[in-house]
Amino acid sequence: MTSALLRPEDWAAIRLTLELASTTTLLLLVLTTPLAWWLAHTRSRWRGPIGAVVALPLVLPPTVIGFYLLVTMGPNGPIGHLTQSLGLGRLPFTFAGLVVGSLVYSLPFAVQPLQRAFESIGNRPLEVAATLGASRIDTFFTVALPLALPGFITAAVLSFAHTVGEFGIVLMLGGNIEGVTRVVSVQIYDHVEAMEYARAHWLAGGMVAFAFVVLVALQWLQPRDHRNATPL
Amino acid sequence: MNCLRPTSIALVLSAVFCAHAQADEVAVAVAANFTAPMQKIAAQFEKDTGHKATLSFGATGKFYAQINNGAPFGILLAADDTTPEKLAKEGKAVDASRFTYAIGQLVLWSKQANYVDDKGQVLKTGDYQHIAIANPKLAPYGLAAMQTLDKLGLTAQVQPRVVQGENIGQTYQFAASGNAQLGFVALSQVMEGGQLREGSAWIVPEAMHEPIRQDAIVLNSAKDNPAAKALMEYLKGDKARAVIKSYGYAF
Repeated sequence: MTSALLRPEDWAAIRLTLELASTTTLLLLVLTTPLAWWLAHTRSRWRGPIGAVVALPLVLPPTVIGFYLLVTMGPNGPIGHLTQSLGLGRLPFTFAGLVVGSLVYSLPFAVQPLQRAFESIGNRPLEVAATLGASRIDTFFTVALPLALPGFITAAVLSFAHTVGEFGIVLMLGGNIEGVTRVVSVQIYDHVEAMEYARAHWLAGGMVAFAFVVLVALQWLQPRDHRNATPL
Repeated sequence: MNCLRPTSIALVLSAVFCAHAQADEVAVAVAANFTAPMQKIAAQFEKDTGHKATLSFGATGKFYAQINNGAPFGILLAADDTTPEKLAKEGKAVDASRFTYAIGQLVLWSKQANYVDDKGQVLKTGDYQHIAIANPKLAPYGLAAMQTLDKLGLTAQVQPRVVQGENIGQTYQFAASGNAQLGFVALSQVMEGGQLREGSAWIVPEAMHEPIRQDAIVLNSAKDNPAAKALMEYLKGDKARAVIKSYGYAF
């Protein structure tokens, strides 16, 4: 009987997973806010196609995304050429590579709640602010942002949780290096494949509990009138 | 698990049509490294005997778990010899049916031509950044690769550059995409019709590691299935062996 408790390498995987999820979430919130704002307000004919691109990771299997990232970030791929000419080396098998993969994978989970939050504000508060002489930037930070706060919370929680649960992409892109790219989901997979079920249970059970707590917290954090609009 | 459904549908269909045809059907779980040869063999088998073999491909460890949970496989073509032995010991398979259908050959391979020399010196001298090796805990080819490095006294030197595939298929993908300049893969993956398809390779001498014995076994559910019996015999025959050999396996 193997020891059931978590071992140092399990903890390393947990630490790495949390690091990956927080980095991804922070970057996503910063990068997707302008995009979500644009999607919420534009009348451009590109709105449809770009919205579809954002939603692609929802319908594509992670292995498809992981496979194309592995190829495009490789020595002969366009992203690989770019990162190499910038002196960054290649991204597969690195933490930075996993972050790039996670940004793609969790993109809709950040953009869509933000877009909905911006849309639900409507034009009126923005027009009122404009008539009172506020600049567009000013309006965004003092009117739109506070009103969209529930959307930001939803986006952050979902991006974080979804990145924690990521498996296919890190498997395709990561190379399973302890402390660098071996996240919890991959560690669980290894345990199961090696038939170390007790160790798998500890980590997998922890993931289930984590996901449950996250979703309950999400319900509590939503103001009452937004609860029905949760994107779940 | 998604491979189960078509298989069980196929089993039901075969039961329905059994009355009309003499042919029987057997569901075969095939180790991923044996995918290409088995597809050829199954097609020939069907033509020669009239029986049908439905194939599922995957990791041996996963098949073991699925069989324990009632997966309707009749035969397991494993990537190792320990899993069939274990199934036999646990009373889930017919011990007497167990035999080695192929011995896997390990190869150090690079997508680049003229990169790997014929003695594997590149491991010591090459300026490669990454070398792909299957997870030694899960894959016999990964274990053999680590044994080879040990024997060469290069484990400490090579280890920091290792990236792990969860099985031999993924390991090949790491090397074939060029992200890892080198990879320890199965000869069957880089060889076709007795020739290297591309790149450069060093076929690791068998003395460098324990033999990668790949064993087949009939599972209890197919004990009395004529198609299962026929396929096991067919795998030992000349026609099948010629195919197996052309993919770089030994016996």
